[in-house]
Amino acid sequence: MQKMPNKYYAFFTLPTIIAFVISFLIPFLLGIYLSFTEFTTVTNSQWVGVSNYIRAFTDDKNFLNATIFTVKFALVSVVLINVFAFTFALLLTRKIKGTNIFRTVFFMPNLIGGIVLGYIWQLIFNGILINFGVDITYSANYGFWGLIILMNWQMVGYMMVIYIAGIQGIPAELMEAAEIDGANSWQILKSITIPMVMPAVTICTFLTVTNSFKLFDQNLALTAGAPARASAMLALDIFNTFYGRMGYEGVGQAKAVIFFLFVALVVLLQLRSSRSMEIEN
Amino acid sequence: MNAKKHFQDNITFLFLFILAVLYLTPIFIVLMNSFKGRFFISDAPFALPNVETFVGIKNYFSGIAKTGFIQAFGYSLFITVFSVAAIVLFTSMTAWCITRVKSKVSSLLYYLLVFSMIVPFQMVMFTMSKMANIMRLDNPVGIIVIYLGFGAGLSVFIFSGFVKSIPREIEEAATIDGCNPIQTFFLIILPILKPIIITVAILNTMWIWNDYLLPYLVIGSNYKTIPIAVQYLQGGYGSRDMGAMMAMLVLAIVPIVIFYLTCQKYIIKGVVAGAVKG
Repeated sequence: MQKMPNKYYAFFTLPTIIAFVISFLIPFLLGIYLSFTEFTTVTNSQWVGVSNYIRAFTDDKNFLNATIFTVKFALVSVVLINVFAFTFALLLTRKIKGTNIFRTVFFMPNLIGGIVLGYIWQLIFNGILINFGVDITYSANYGFWGLIILMNWQMVGYMMVIYIAGIQGIPAELMEAAEIDGANSWQILKSITIPMVMPAVTICTFLTVTNSFKLFDQNLALTAGAPARASAMLALDIFNTFYGRMGYEGVGQAKAVIFFLFVALVVLLQLRSSRSMEIEN
Repeated sequence: MNAKKHFQDNITFLFLFILAVLYLTPIFIVLMNSFKGRFFISDAPFALPNVETFVGIKNYFSGIAKTGFIQAFGYSLFITVFSVAAIVLFTSMTAWCITRVKSKVSSLLYYLLVFSMIVPFQMVMFTMSKMANIMRLDNPVGIIVIYLGFGAGLSVFIFSGFVKSIPREIEEAATIDGCNPIQTFFLIILPILKPIIITVAILNTMWIWNDYLLPYLVIGSNYKTIPIAVQYLQGGYGSRDMGAMMAMLVLAIVPIVIFYLTCQKYIIKGVVAGAVKG
């Protein structure tokens, strides 16, 4: 069907287009416009040029701190989550008993929402820290490692099932050939398994990077940025700028645009670099 | 060699078993605390309930009353079911249409939708919630439109990938037999899409059921979904009812665990398929 009468084309696409335009396209374009204005409502705005972008960094240090916190968090969590997930996947593809139950257990936290996860771990961390007379909001470092542990608990199972699919997709002949050639298990891992699961690595890095950068619910529930916004990540800082105080909507929107460009850049760079590591088929 | 492998397998099993117990511990701790009095939780969350601290299901009653949990559950269920249904129906229609009809409009639409996937929610949250407000979409029915708009990117992308693998001959045969495009889609294509529909439905269910910020901004002041109800319990400083909180966390987890254990096979398959395509 290379051509379709217009009325049918409209029937198939219009519901999606209308919803997309209302909830994404207009808000997106309007958002870019408003980042150059001072406004309190969408209809009442005054052009101020790039001053919101400057104020995002100069009015206070929150945005800069949040950026540093987020980048550090993304780096640490991407490495840890993928290393753990890949290790679990290796262990669960050894055909030992109980594999299915283990997989079920490890994957489960992924289905629990971020807000609920945040409060579960808040209880646990505070329960441990109370023995030292402090709680999770005592220092941004506690919040940082708390979030890292939380995110590992949530995401490792998800990435693990992707790695399992990748490992199971390796042709058995390759493994057999390597064994006949006398390769030990470390050589097999290094020369066959890891290169062959590179596509899964691309996917998992992509998912963990984007999830880490956009993290909001867990951050809000676990520490809400405490102490003094030192553990607030970018998404939470933007939320606070918009809704925390009056007259900062324009700055919030400017921060949001920077955040968007930043995420887009990271995604593009990440996809390019890991694609180049994949084996050409 | 065999004995060595056997030994290694046992070590691996033991390791995984301990890990699995650790994995489940946080949930058990919350469950255990949900039966303790509200003042016995924060100080000693790892202590089992005893005669003094055990309060039965009192926390559940107070939590349900404080948060309006029954209503929240209803809203969450309504919004999730109908949004997912709308997303599956409309984005599969769109994906089939723009994949098959090669035109400038089709590719523009496709690229815009794919583009929307990398835009973080914070970029549009303020303007989108104002739009929803102006267009009277700030209610549990209207929010379905918002979810359709936001879910369209990933869903169209996944459906399009699948549609490309369906042979055109099937549709051509249907056209020769006198089917118009609407009949062709609903009678021929939709049944073929079934496996990928499950994937798209599961990915969107996981997202919408757990979503906090979007419903909070769009309908949160009048209608609380489960995540909003849980966050609402946080309350002002110091006034938090930990007992009610624990009970609500348990009630928020139970439906997910039931859903997971009944459709586990589809969920894991769906997640893998969605990740590989997405």
